[in-house]
Amino acid sequence: MSNTATEAPSEPTGKAPVKSPRKLRIDLRQYGILAALAIIIVLFQILTNGRLLMPGNINNLIQQNSYVLILAIGMVIVIIAGHIDLSVGSVVALVGAVAALAMNSWGMPWWAAVILALVVGAVIGAWQGFWVAFVGIPAFIVTLAGMLIFRGLTLVLLTGGTISGLPDEFTAIGAGWIPPFLGEALDGRDVLTLVLGLLASAGFVIQQIRTRSTLKKLDLPREPAVSTIIKSAILVIAIMALAWQLSGYSGTPIILIILAVLILLYTFILNRSVFGRHVYAMGGNLFAAQMSGVKTKWINFAIFVNMGVLAGLAGVVATARAGSAVASAGQNYELDAIAAVFIGGAAVQGGVGTVVGAVIGGLVMGVLNMGLSILSVDAAWQQAIKGLVLLLAVAFDIINKRRSGR
Amino acid sequence: MSNAILWMRDITKDFNGVKALDGVSIVVERGEVHAICGENGAGKSTLMKVLSGVYPHGSFGGSIEFEGHPTAYRSINDSEHDGIVIIHQELALSPYLSIAENIFLGNENAKRGIIDWNKTNREAATLLARVGLNENPATPVLELGVGKQQLVEIAKALSKRVKLLILDEPTAALNDDDSEHLLTLINHLREQGITCIIISHKLKEIRKIADTVTIIRDGKTIESFSMKEDDASEARIIRSMVGRPLDNQFPPRTPDIGEEYFRVENWNAYHPVDTERKIVDDASFTVKAGEIVGFAGLMGAGRTELAMSIFGRSYGINISGKVFKAGKEIQARTVSEAIQNGLAYATEDRKKYGLNLIADIAENISAAGLDKLAKGGVVDRNKETKVAEEYRASMNIKTPSVSAIVGKLSGGNQQKVVLSKWMFTGPDVLILDEPTRGIDVGAKYEIYGIINELAAQGKAVIVISSELPELIGLSDRIYTISEGRITGEVAKAEATQETLMHYMTAGRD
Repeated sequence: MSNTATEAPSEPTGKAPVKSPRKLRIDLRQYGILAALAIIIVLFQILTNGRLLMPGNINNLIQQNSYVLILAIGMVIVIIAGHIDLSVGSVVALVGAVAALAMNSWGMPWWAAVILALVVGAVIGAWQGFWVAFVGIPAFIVTLAGMLIFRGLTLVLLTGGTISGLPDEFTAIGAGWIPPFLGEALDGRDVLTLVLGLLASAGFVIQQIRTRSTLKKLDLPREPAVSTIIKSAILVIAIMALAWQLSGYSGTPIILIILAVLILLYTFILNRSVFGRHVYAMGGNLFAAQMSGVKTKWINFAIFVNMGVLAGLAGVVATARAGSAVASAGQNYELDAIAAVFIGGAAVQGGVGTVVGAVIGGLVMGVLNMGLSILSVDAAWQQAIKGLVLLLAVAFDIINKRRSGR
Repeated sequence: MSNAILWMRDITKDFNGVKALDGVSIVVERGEVHAICGENGAGKSTLMKVLSGVYPHGSFGGSIEFEGHPTAYRSINDSEHDGIVIIHQELALSPYLSIAENIFLGNENAKRGIIDWNKTNREAATLLARVGLNENPATPVLELGVGKQQLVEIAKALSKRVKLLILDEPTAALNDDDSEHLLTLINHLREQGITCIIISHKLKEIRKIADTVTIIRDGKTIESFSMKEDDASEARIIRSMVGRPLDNQFPPRTPDIGEEYFRVENWNAYHPVDTERKIVDDASFTVKAGEIVGFAGLMGAGRTELAMSIFGRSYGINISGKVFKAGKEIQARTVSEAIQNGLAYATEDRKKYGLNLIADIAENISAAGLDKLAKGGVVDRNKETKVAEEYRASMNIKTPSVSAIVGKLSGGNQQKVVLSKWMFTGPDVLILDEPTRGIDVGAKYEIYGIINELAAQGKAVIVISSELPELIGLSDRIYTISEGRITGEVAKAEATQETLMHYMTAGRD
């Protein structure tokens, strides 16, 4: 029986004979995706003669993919819980239309339109969550219906066609930068961006040190110091390289800050909050979660409300970046977000997945898009290649799992 | 020894460097019933997977000879082609297909891809008669109970012209009647010349049916002997399985029983689908502090249904009745209310209802008591690991760390995780449903010790079990259930298997 593979002779009580760090398995999986991203970046950097990582392209990479990344963050939670959401692309379009109408036709200030957009997203999420959680209709059906309903409503709202001429403050959310109020230095670079890069690096290193010292204090297992140092060094180099390139272009995109906050916030929620635990527990074994007192209906409801709010935010960002609201906005975004989540290591049957993984998965798709565009590959081929990458990424993951003896 | 049908010599198999089989040898004579015994994790299932080609030829060491020819199976299909069929503990039938369709699944009676239904149903009927199952071949399998499904599996094996039938824990999920029927059937098949390997934890069955026993421990063959030998006994099997004599099956205990603590009055529940059917019928019972109360009943009598309907109404509809704890009526309309009121229910089906198999030990232990580890909705992971470590040590969960994935643990260790999870919620009333199902003798003894310890702490403990000796050995008092009604209450002193069985079969007049 293979299930004794992890058994050791019984230990007498006393000090724990533990040295294998918790979560190592999931970390390894994530490093695999990270390595894939690095390889793709290097590959296209070579193929495009260094054009991929030019400051302008990096900036565009962030701004163009931001809405898919926001959707992927919500989608990974939906998928961990064992559901799917096919409606987010239509929700992006509908929320964008409402926000644009609110500013241009109903005379609302830009900030009120943003709040309205998030509220509309939440209401849509509550609507879908109601059917999934309390009526018990599979999310696939509910959100497939939602995909049609919200696209239809968008068309109804935008009978006049495109709404453009949105306020500058609004479009800045998707296409603007943080003003360079720390001035310029080093040959015209934005100081603020460099400072933010340094702060982020320092924050990461401090967090690593703190984790290690708490674990040490509690006499709990930790990873070897070398791997912490290597990990920190690579990340600091990556952050500073990013900051350097951006500082020489237009500075820090506003959306980058929003994304960073979302990644940190949702990583924390999934890893550390009771809600996050319940999501993983439900995805891993719904019945066991129910029998452990998890209020599964309310968790499901909350997951969809959250997805709605994030879809609303993605709608705001997409509309802001486009500078106008059109009925065809957000087409296929749901598929991009779902692909990002699965490339990022989530399991189709639920219970497995991380925010960081989903974001990296989204970036893999984004880099592919950009690299292929720079190489002037035909859009039709781009789509085919993206499909192939999704298939191979998941195949790799499954074969890997089988090798490791599952 | 000339008439052997199967020789397996020096079989070795490792998983990532961990030896699961370390030189197992086994000889099975033609036409015998050969029992393989061993604790969970001893390597029995791995051995059968090696034999049947689940682990293809080349992925293990040693040699296999079947009917005088060396085998080199690449898959289950190859071994089935030679007449080796395994029936697993978890039955592999398709619920919405009929009995006949299931029997011939993958082996259809077809001409040019078109199924001959007359032939299919006719042959299925013949096979059903052979296994003594009196059902219409067109009945969907989901309408059958587990015992009958098992018979369908055997009929399916017969349809493949089985020469060597391997049964993995065939009676684990069966009640006594169905078990009896199955054993009779195996005897019958032996008379027809079918060789049978049976993997079982139930030593009584082995004594009843096996010709030869092989005992495996830690991936090695310990011994193999004929049950006709003079010193062939249950005690000898147990000794070889655990590597030490097991004088007492139950750890010693001095009951310290206090006042009445938990009381259920006039409890009723109806079947969730068949809403007219009363599953629990006017049940009333009490448990004292520090007392272990057993619930005996045949499969389908309503034991689990009674427990689950009390525990947060997690089973049944139109539930009525009153629950009192320490003299006060409590409400437990949802599982979380039940937990808050100090109830705990450790399920009989730990894989389906008890554990998140893809999560680690720590996450499973904290699953029902997460609130205790959280402040403002944020889980303290360090504290969680500490708590899990404490349970790992005190419950003797055999694993190097609490980050081990629960799905990879043996049954006994999984059960300890389930018990840890409920102990961590700090319950006053524990309902343990089949706490030793599918786990080996050594781990059973440990679980009994844990149950005794819980009672010694003054908790009210309810144990539901299908194994009467276990209930008698463990409980201070036993209630019997039949057809949803409590039919008897027996004190430890008067409890014998015969008296219990008398009440358990007390039907409605």
